[in-house]
Amino acid sequence: MNRKYELVYIVSPDATEEQVTDLHTQVDAIVQRMGGTLEKTENWGRRKLAYEIGRHKEGTYVLEGILGTGEVMKEIDRRLKVTDLVIRHLVVRVDEEQAVVDRTRSKRTEASRRRRIARGLPPDRAPGEGQRGDGDDDRDDRFDMGEGV
Amino acid sequence: MPPRKSFGTGGSSGGGRGRTGAAGAAGAAGKDGQRRPMFRRRKVCKFCSDKIDDINYKDSKLLMPFVPERAKIMPRRISGTCAAHQRKLRTAIMRARQLALIPYTAE
Repeated sequence: MNRKYELVYIVSPDATEEQVTDLHTQVDAIVQRMGGTLEKTENWGRRKLAYEIGRHKEGTYVLEGILGTGEVMKEIDRRLKVTDLVIRHLVVRVDEEQAVVDRTRSKRTEASRRRRIARGLPPDRAPGEGQRGDGDDDRDDRFDMGEGV
Repeated sequence: MPPRKSFGTGGSSGGGRGRTGAAGAAGAAGKDGQRRPMFRRRKVCKFCSDKIDDINYKDSKLLMPFVPERAKIMPRRISGTCAAHQRKLRTAIMRARQLALIPYTAE
């Protein structure tokens, strides 16, 4: 059962560029070995941490999108836990949420298309049509009364 | 056309949807009179009105307005976020905190 996961890990700021890429290849190797696929990888570079982790104040963030089984993630999780160079990591399953997001999004566009056809307009919006202009005053709250009235 | 806008927002608290509106109204009521009808800006869920479906933990710019000074999660009664989106927001903030993208507390 293949699922979609996201893995973010923070590498210690003392690590060299090579060590970061080395970690990446290690993760890749585990994924390959256990029959998963690495879908994407992003290096966010060095960022300041919102709070100190251990004695570190910044770290290099790396994001990996992985398609694989729970076993793959378990192994990666275990490996990253024992790796001293990685100061924090997080695994999140994303496929379910993504499906929900896609569903609501398509539902919304469909509904808008249906309404537009009912009004005798072409189903898709022309660029710039229906955008907020200067004349719109939907922020007008003169008629919004609270419970105090 | 632009002058019409001045009707909508009452003075300095312009543009603020949730908090500024509510705080402003409460302040006015405390200052001058109890009898006066209270005008309170109706709060709108930011995620519903902006049609943001995906509240992602990586997007700290989106999350930051919901964790004011003390870095606590802003309650629904103040931000006006709807229940469904507040739940998603909560998980996103907690994940972002684990990754040190957002603080747990502020000293």
